[in-house]
Amino acid sequence: MKKRAALPYIVWMLVFTIVPMIMVVYFAFTTKDGAFTLENLIQVKEYAGTFWESIKLGAVSTLLCLLLGYPMAAIMARSKAHVQRTLVLLCMMPMWMNFLLRTYAWMTILENNGLLNSLLQLIGLPKLQMINTSGAIVLGMVYNFLPFMIIPIYTVMVKLDTRLVEAAQDLGCNWLGVFRRVIFPLSVPGIISGITMVFVPAASTFIISKLLGGGTMLIGDIIELQITGGANNLNLGAAMSLVLMIIVLITMMVMNVFGDREGEVALT
Amino acid sequence: MSKKILSVVLSVVLLAVLPLSLASCGEANPNQVTLNVFNWGEYISNGEDGSLDVIAEFEKQTGIKVNYTTFETNEALYNKMKTGGVSYDVIIPSDYMIGKMIQEDMLEKLDFSNIPNYELIDDRFKSSEVAPYDPEGAYSVPYTWGRVGLIYNTKYVTEPVNSWNILWDETYKNQILMFDNSRDAFGIAQFLLGQSVNTEDTAELEQAAALLQQQSVVSPVYAMDQILEKMPSEDAYIAPYYVGDCLTMCDENEDLTFTVPQEGTNLFLDAMCIPKGTKHKKEAEQFINFMCSTEVAYANIEYIAYSSPQVEAAAQHKEYLVQEYGDEIAQAIYPEDLSNTQMFLTLSEEANQTMTDLWVKVKTAN
Repeated sequence: MKKRAALPYIVWMLVFTIVPMIMVVYFAFTTKDGAFTLENLIQVKEYAGTFWESIKLGAVSTLLCLLLGYPMAAIMARSKAHVQRTLVLLCMMPMWMNFLLRTYAWMTILENNGLLNSLLQLIGLPKLQMINTSGAIVLGMVYNFLPFMIIPIYTVMVKLDTRLVEAAQDLGCNWLGVFRRVIFPLSVPGIISGITMVFVPAASTFIISKLLGGGTMLIGDIIELQITGGANNLNLGAAMSLVLMIIVLITMMVMNVFGDREGEVALT
Repeated sequence: MSKKILSVVLSVVLLAVLPLSLASCGEANPNQVTLNVFNWGEYISNGEDGSLDVIAEFEKQTGIKVNYTTFETNEALYNKMKTGGVSYDVIIPSDYMIGKMIQEDMLEKLDFSNIPNYELIDDRFKSSEVAPYDPEGAYSVPYTWGRVGLIYNTKYVTEPVNSWNILWDETYKNQILMFDNSRDAFGIAQFLLGQSVNTEDTAELEQAAALLQQQSVVSPVYAMDQILEKMPSEDAYIAPYYVGDCLTMCDENEDLTFTVPQEGTNLFLDAMCIPKGTKHKKEAEQFINFMCSTEVAYANIEYIAYSSPQVEAAAQHKEYLVQEYGDEIAQAIYPEDLSNTQMFLTLSEEANQTMTDLWVKVKTAN
């Protein structure tokens, strides 16, 4: 019975995850005529600089999301039930609007003659160059991906047993100690899924950089170009995707090892 | 175990059949012909603001139902046709894509006795010199055309503009927009270098890329559709774009004007074609003929704001432009002389890859 219920998910995974993955690997190791080659993967190293830039911007955005999202999640988890519901709703609400539209809106806000600069001028301050900088790309990513950081951390924190906090306080621990030795270690699983959910899309984003970065090319843009551009080189695009997946996978593995150790500290 | 396999197979089959069953929903009445027309987005007069609703009018006059869908890029159209599923009766691709489709035997030859209005199409676009993508003129009927120009803001750019060179002028650092697609961007460099825009010579392509790289002195911002917003809002002073769209931008900001540089420019043309495999070739030709009638062609060109290849509609449109914008603009939209233009043709895969790779290098360096 249980097995049968899982069947749709297995089929789903098969059709939409496993098969595409196999296709990516197949394309990455073949030429356009279908012959085996390593040429695509060798070519990928030409784009090492772009890979680095994408990972760097992705990491910065993830860190900022964590710094902003963690306190927010903690505040939400400790609020009254009806306030919690409202806050969760507010968190999700931007996602009701299309991601592309929201990014376009940021373009209008950050432009040289945009809303923000008009406002600055109105109060007699000099204009700032905001659009077409890497700062604008990071801002776009943080704005778009912040809910993906808040929600997992919040979900873990709201289930946190308050008796553990009380016990620590009873035993004479100050608030910093309670946070460092009880709350933080117990919220690590939420942090890890939050980081995963932000870092993966941030490192591979392609439209934010185009719209807010003035056509800056991150690795996602280059992959897109292989597919939609005149070259139509799916094989090179697949090789880049594969390398990106491996880099992300390694990053995640390193983080999980770190996370496991944190978890052990909490138990001892 | 075997049950499990059966249900997996069934699910996959169901998934595969789903699009087919959806597609066939359209033809409920067996006697009524439904034409599948596939066009660019916002590329037909649709009855907004009192304009002619072309599709509704065609349905009313002929009793043929039109299933009208749109695409965003030539490549998307090509992929849709290649992967199959839905068959189209009329498509409107651009020049180079028509060339590619003819090469790959994807288009039907047209029966021009069913398209009497073809007479009204400007002979210039029937010559293989201007329209080399369809040298015999057997597969396509021109729908719209246009050129690439330079739009600039006269408030900040006071000198006379007549060369692509201004896109390299340090005076306008940080105020220059550049095409964010390789073919158009290379085209500009190639006109400056006096190359053919269809060159497949690696050395020439590298030369063009080097020139594009030199644009780093002005820190260009790469954009496509965003140009339509950034120019009227004065976020930049100079940008290359398609002249029809330049006119639209000029409507939004009085300080904007545009020109077509002396070195030459790209001429592009979208034309109506009938793909292989259509079941309603005659009705499709009827539709193409309808689109070429003066009233409809004029309504469409008024809506799209590009240039019309239909002589009567073009004359009417030009007269309107002279009245509204003056001689110079009307001349830029409807030039008498097309000798200083080049059309993009399909490049070989190798040349395309070289161009894409060089383009990525230019963009990551700038």
